[in-house]
Amino acid sequence: MVSLSPAININNLNKWFGEFKVLKDINLTVQEGEKVVICGPSGSGKSTLVRCINRLEMHQSGTINVRGTELTNDPKSIAEIRSDVGMVFQQFNLFPHLSVIQNLTLGPINALGLSEKEAKERAFLLLERVKIPEQANKRPSQLSGGQQQRVAIARSLCMEPKIMLFDEPTSALDPEMISEVLDVIIDLANDGMTMVVVTHEMGFARKAADRMIFMDEGKIVEIGTPNEFFETPKTDRCRIFLKQILQH
Amino acid sequence: MKINTYIFLFFILLLCGCSSPPGTWGWYVINPNTQSGLTNIKFLIGGFSSTIQLSIIAAFMSIILGLIVALPGMSNNIFLRTISRIYVEFIRAIPLLPMLFWVFYGLPVVLKSMGININIDAFWGAILTLAISDSAFTAEIYRAGIQSIQKGQTEAAQTVGLNYYQTMRYVILPQALRRILPPLANQFIYIVKMSAFASVIGMQELTRRANEIVVTEYRPLEIYTLLIFEYLILVLIISQVVRWLERKMGSDESKG
Ligand SMILES: Nc1ncnc2c1ncn2[C@@H]1O[C@H](COP(=O)(O)OP(=O)(O)OP(=O)(O)O)[C@@H](O)[C@H]1O
Ligand SMILES: [Mg+2]
Repeated sequence: MVSLSPAININNLNKWFGEFKVLKDINLTVQEGEKVVICGPSGSGKSTLVRCINRLEMHQSGTINVRGTELTNDPKSIAEIRSDVGMVFQQFNLFPHLSVIQNLTLGPINALGLSEKEAKERAFLLLERVKIPEQANKRPSQLSGGQQQRVAIARSLCMEPKIMLFDEPTSALDPEMISEVLDVIIDLANDGMTMVVVTHEMGFARKAADRMIFMDEGKIVEIGTPNEFFETPKTDRCRIFLKQILQH
Repeated sequence: MKINTYIFLFFILLLCGCSSPPGTWGWYVINPNTQSGLTNIKFLIGGFSSTIQLSIIAAFMSIILGLIVALPGMSNNIFLRTISRIYVEFIRAIPLLPMLFWVFYGLPVVLKSMGININIDAFWGAILTLAISDSAFTAEIYRAGIQSIQKGQTEAAQTVGLNYYQTMRYVILPQALRRILPPLANQFIYIVKMSAFASVIGMQELTRRANEIVVTEYRPLEIYTLLIFEYLILVLIISQVVRWLERKMGSDESKG
């Protein structure tokens, strides 16, 4: 499927938190179906960049364009973009007072206008996809971290997004649960989903990424294919970062 | 145990009355074995219905008004936030009695000048005052409860396409409720106590009736003692309900 506009187009993006400049002149284009992995030291602005794309943070200058829609203060543009963009958080952010199945159907029923029956059918298909259909009636707190994150992914997919954003989806997980979540994300990648993933899981990056981005102090310092990135990093900062991270 | 202590105190007072020389205590005014005592008791206890009606309707209005004040107070819009803040600070600063006089005697004049001819009777004047005065506090209770819910919940709701109303209705308020309900119920106790002020504008509730009997019988000690116990009973019942509610909420929380 060829689309005229790229999935995400970010141009000269700048963002401040008060006096503090978090994002400095970010330029990034993500094509439909492309998988981009972002890494970089803590505080370098990775989360902020990803959160700007669906307006969880507001940028002060530059433009963000998602599938042909420019992100402005107009609630319509925000709603339009959010309907195309799913997001998975480090802390899962499941709704603790609702069952797993209710977590999944809340958006489809209220935002897409699906009937409860349709929403449930869709939700069960996705729970099967993330391999936990048997947990449908449990509360999130009764699940393991890995299961919770898979529910969160399914909840996002229920909205049939065209782009998925992942902000360190495995950082809050016990080591033995990381692969079950990464498997789901890789499966999604193989399906052709456009993805922006903030992660320090370099094994995953090698497997899934089309492009690697290294951020430091609010700037994109390096950008390239995983091969270039891992074998011949251009900057010292990136080399040091990779060395530190791959030691673990 | 707490209740038993109060009942014990009550009987001590009664015993004092019976054993002291005539003229010091006059429990006869509310002695149910005499014709006049029984009439007095019936009249005094008859105030319960007004006090309870006043309190419940005022509390209900305050719960709604409080939410209407609290929500703009948490918006991103600085104008809405300021209005909400001013309301809370202003209302909180006004003592109940002056506000009651203003609503009962002043508000009809203001309305009339605007061409609205509404007569505010003692009942609705008292309710309106109690509700407005209390809403500043319920608004703060809502605010604290809602702000205790993590920001990630709102963000997750937004990413699955929910609008502001849906996010509040399905995600934030249901979770905030268990933090909001116990203090809200506690606030109800204040309303019950504050409803005594309605007596000064002629509302026939517990305090007003006690005052009227005091004037005719001239037995203030006995009648006001009874009055205090009337409020005590009401408040004890409410606090039992609150405690039950807190326990229930607590056990729900541990279930997750
Ligand atoms: N809401 C906020 N208000 C003020 N400063 C913020 C806010 N959110 C983030 N920051 C600051 O902006 C900088 C970038 O934060 P961000 O969360 O984007 O970094 P990150 O690269 O995702 O780091 P990490 O790897 O720790 O998640 C940090 O210095 C952080 O302290
Ligand atoms: Mg981050």
